[in-house]
Amino acid sequence: MAVTVKTFANASEAAGALSSDRSARYLGGGTLVMRALNEGDVSISTIVRAQDQALTRIEASGPRITIGAGVTFARVLAERDLAFLHAPARSIGGPAVRNMGTVGGNLFAPNPYGDFTVALLALDATIAVQGGFGSRDIPIEEFLQGRERQAGTLVLSVSCTRPASSEAFRYRKIARIKPKGGSVITVAAHLPVSGGRIAGARIALGSMAPTQIRARAAERALEGRSLDAATIAAAAAAATEGTSPSDNALGSAWYRREIVGVHLRRLLSGQE
Amino acid sequence: MTKIPLQFRHNGRDVAIFVDGGTNLLVALRELIGDMTPKFGCGQGGCGTCSVLIDGELHLSCLTLAETVAGRSVETLDGMKQGPNLHPLQRAFADNFAAQCGYCTPGMLMAAKALLDRNPSPSRTEVIEAISGNICRCTGYEPIINAILAAAGGRASA
Repeated sequence: MAVTVKTFANASEAAGALSSDRSARYLGGGTLVMRALNEGDVSISTIVRAQDQALTRIEASGPRITIGAGVTFARVLAERDLAFLHAPARSIGGPAVRNMGTVGGNLFAPNPYGDFTVALLALDATIAVQGGFGSRDIPIEEFLQGRERQAGTLVLSVSCTRPASSEAFRYRKIARIKPKGGSVITVAAHLPVSGGRIAGARIALGSMAPTQIRARAAERALEGRSLDAATIAAAAAAATEGTSPSDNALGSAWYRREIVGVHLRRLLSGQE
Repeated sequence: MTKIPLQFRHNGRDVAIFVDGGTNLLVALRELIGDMTPKFGCGQGGCGTCSVLIDGELHLSCLTLAETVAGRSVETLDGMKQGPNLHPLQRAFADNFAAQCGYCTPGMLMAAKALLDRNPSPSRTEVIEAISGNICRCTGYEPIINAILAAAGGRASA
């Protein structure tokens, strides 16, 4: 069952082809779309590709970093200026998957995948997308909420502000298989500190809802406080609020609810 | 549906084939070129037995759209032996009992080659990381890890 492959020199042409054909899917690294074809997904009749160098560009020298949607996790790991994103990049797949899978594709990866997106959600990333009528920037939360409707748009890049210190951004993925495996849960925390108090905390969770979500109650427990044991306990106790995890082969919904607070506490206390 | 012409280097030799749109590299290698060394395992990126090197980089051939390798160099296990002699990694796998059923072995060897090509003396941890995308259900991994370390320089018990 052959599909039509359309390859374009630039991203805007590819976006045009994508927006005008409901059965078209954009092929990035192949770890999602080729997998769907291997599984016999007949909803895909056209594959759209773009060989646009803008999609594989990394701008990481300044305080605000931008990563092209086509940048692979192997390239993120090779970029010293993106050290704060190395832990999430390293937690994905084995070497072959990291050589193929892209930052843009990860935004569409369903549970138990999409770990890099958990980090980007905690970092309040902005997603640049191109539709049939031009490009625009979407906050990552809004992007994820409407992810099913984003099929006709092409993600160009993601950008976020570099955390102030290595302490300010923390990431942990719980997997049954080490060092590689699908996520039981994934937790990322951005904890900017102003005058000894947390200002603008963002906690993001993977595998705790149909898409990556923020743990807003936990964020509220941290806001304006110093990161002491009582604050951490309050945040951990609030971690499940608003979550709706599912059962899958890696863990049950019950188990995920049981452990999310434990791992958030460990993450916030700096424990291994 | 029209066929797409595709040329690339396969184990150092230029090949030209016609593929259907959407054909993956694994199917192209096995069914159109006749190189049966990369195996089909899961088709999902979970098992690693279809691993090949594309321009020296480890990739999963079952998740690679065949036409994306146009003009590039694809290495498979079939190209690993040097004339009548086994590659040092193949020799080490045999000596260390690193293959039982053998289904994962092509992918394991390509993952190991990708590691040793850029890091000739890896640590045990680096070896484990390098084969972390490859599943073996027979050996329990230890003989494979030891074989790769042995091939890297006789540090099998490191």
